[in-house]
Amino acid sequence: MSRSSKRRRGATLLAVAALGASVLAGCGSSSSSDASTGADAGPCGTTDDTTLTVGLFGTFGFKEAGLWDAYKKVCPNITIKEDVVEQSADYWTRLKTRLASGSGLDDVQAIEIGFVADVVQNHADQFVNWNTVPNAAADKAEFYPWKWQLASTPDGKTTVGLGTDIGPEAICYRSDLLKQAGLPSDPKTLAQKWSTWDDFLAFGKQYEASSTKPSGSHFVDSAASIFSTAVYQGDEAYDNAEGQPDVENSDGVKNAWSFASQAAQDGITAGLQQFTPAWNKAFSSGAFAALACPTWMMGYIQGQAGDAYAGKWDIAPVLPGGATNWGGSWLGVPDKAAHKAAAVALVEWLSAKDQQVTMWKDGGHFPSNSDAAAEPAVANATSDYFSKAPVGQIFGDIASQMKIPPIGLYDTQIQQALTTQLTNVETKGTSPDDAFNAALDAIKQVTG
Amino acid sequence: MTAVQQPAVAVSRPGPVSGSRSRLPGRRIAYAYILPFFLVFAAFSIYPWLATAWESLHDTRLSTYDQSNWIGLENYRNLLTNHFFWNAFRNTITIGIISTVPQLCMALGIAHLLNYRLRGRTFFRVALLMPYATSLAAATVIFAELFDPKLGLVNWSLHTLHVPAVDWQGSTWPSQIAVSTVVTWRWTGYNALIYLAGMQAISGDLYEAAAMDGASRWSQFRHVTLPGLRPTILFTIVVSTIGAAQLFGEPLLYHNGLPDGGTQNQYQTLGLLMYQQGWTNDRLGLASATAWTMFLIIVLAVGVNLLLARRRELRDHGRRRHASTVAGVPEVTTR
Repeated sequence: MSRSSKRRRGATLLAVAALGASVLAGCGSSSSSDASTGADAGPCGTTDDTTLTVGLFGTFGFKEAGLWDAYKKVCPNITIKEDVVEQSADYWTRLKTRLASGSGLDDVQAIEIGFVADVVQNHADQFVNWNTVPNAAADKAEFYPWKWQLASTPDGKTTVGLGTDIGPEAICYRSDLLKQAGLPSDPKTLAQKWSTWDDFLAFGKQYEASSTKPSGSHFVDSAASIFSTAVYQGDEAYDNAEGQPDVENSDGVKNAWSFASQAAQDGITAGLQQFTPAWNKAFSSGAFAALACPTWMMGYIQGQAGDAYAGKWDIAPVLPGGATNWGGSWLGVPDKAAHKAAAVALVEWLSAKDQQVTMWKDGGHFPSNSDAAAEPAVANATSDYFSKAPVGQIFGDIASQMKIPPIGLYDTQIQQALTTQLTNVETKGTSPDDAFNAALDAIKQVTG
Repeated sequence: MTAVQQPAVAVSRPGPVSGSRSRLPGRRIAYAYILPFFLVFAAFSIYPWLATAWESLHDTRLSTYDQSNWIGLENYRNLLTNHFFWNAFRNTITIGIISTVPQLCMALGIAHLLNYRLRGRTFFRVALLMPYATSLAAATVIFAELFDPKLGLVNWSLHTLHVPAVDWQGSTWPSQIAVSTVVTWRWTGYNALIYLAGMQAISGDLYEAAAMDGASRWSQFRHVTLPGLRPTILFTIVVSTIGAAQLFGEPLLYHNGLPDGGTQNQYQTLGLLMYQQGWTNDRLGLASATAWTMFLIIVLAVGVNLLLARRRELRDHGRRRHASTVAGVPEVTTR
């Protein structure tokens, strides 16, 4: 007995040791780095066969637009592997964990507008600074200046990422529903009628008063969509110039809250929470006739409403209250990336004019590269689905006029708190003042 | 290693435990066999448990993890003076009661019925377990559709019955009932099967004797089944209490994956609040304090359960002994 049991014990201990070793290996590996950012390694950053990992969230569309295959032709020695997390919030949590532990980082990490301020404030030293790469000046010249600035420290000395897309906003609407309600439905007339939020809300009241509109249909999808658009039209949105949360004193919040709660109380909203199943269904059911529409929303609408609604949706070349932006991302290279030089080369290639034009043509991502936005393939683009609207011109014009207020660490959570309370004003008749105080209360839970 | 050298206490083997050194290697190997469990337990239970306690005394945020400061009991003070916490605490208790009490009563009734010789008994027993085997996400999404205030089947049915529509999402009680319905639907069958197993361990002789004395089915249930099932019932109550205190997935998915538990936090449980604090609001220190507070609440609740059960048992014990001494018959315990 003793011999066999001894052997078995040996095996058990071995198994335990192996388990421990593999756990340790899992924590400590992947820190080797070929940090040589040498210019002699060629345009691909390296001449060795290399696999680059690219950390993304949702559907970024590089693979779908065929860009990985295209890069294989430019740099045959580079293979690209995507590391995708579905929700950007989960992606951000994972990225934060990896930044805190300093391991497991991909060679390229996507950075969304919702957390770019946090990366700039707290993690700028953990990313390659695009002001010091060999092509820095050429890189910087490509982008809309505000796009570059949002990813940079206030002194402009450190920049954590190069821009991918932006989200200039217009108004998407159902022309068939407006027609049925006996209201004007051509984009040019509407652009004049919707130039301010007051006009927009007044038009909404006309829609609600119509006796011929479909029963149960409302003018806009939600007070939240008015709010989260109008808030960025202020000099300040959620933060002051230093990037500190400043909700109570912000002109953007004040005006946006008054327009959005007015819309809710006038009953011109469908009272739906954005990005919920009920909201998704409403793109085809006709529960609302219009919504604030950044470029990426076009693809979303098409996906939700389906081909049967092609030609019923249209885009008005206007945003009530002035041009602004919703969404957009950057690509950064962590300082601890295993293949830094190759990753820098890839990001520069992806940000260049031709690739951003491809991303617009094949994915509807509006270029953050202003040269790409001026290309005929972008500027002259029309959308068959949206009644042949000249989308390139509409969004290009808005992109060139956009005003961008400072952003901060907790914009996502602050916006969520405020729009949630707007839902209460819409659906539960909460008074706007009570709702605003409840939102401030919830915001305090975030800012601490 | 000192623990290994002590003569084993837990090894239940008939005969004297004393002496015989030749058995010691066998005991050592037993420890080696259970070692992997304790390693995993230490890594994934003890360490997080202690680390959470440590973090709960800091103003930890994941984004500035290296710069967290010691703030003593500030997080706990913040939590206990915070109406979001007390709201979640209240909701956890009310949802816990609405989901557990009817569920266990129904499970008991169903088990009692299935204990009879029914046609297709096996079918019913398997069918009972189906909800338990359904994925939580799928079930909650379906229930959220059913309870949709505008397009849901529940309000449509109410409408056809000329009952006014209920806001199953926005109003406090209806939304809590809706969330509880998902829990009840999923767990009733599971508990019924546990009760059924307990019932089948009760000797048939007791029922025969009771029937012979003229006891009705109801009295048989009350005086034979229930006392026989008491340990099983206690077990399900403890497990359900823990489950209710940790309720998370159902209310999360009922609001499309948002951890706020409705636009006015009307069904936000402690589990959701903790998640919201830690991951949405990036305040891991505060979330850790919530986790520890929840742990203490659960320990307290389970402790109260056990205490009540123990007192009841002692009382019954005393009563029965009293009865048996009166009758002059020595007591025979069935347990």
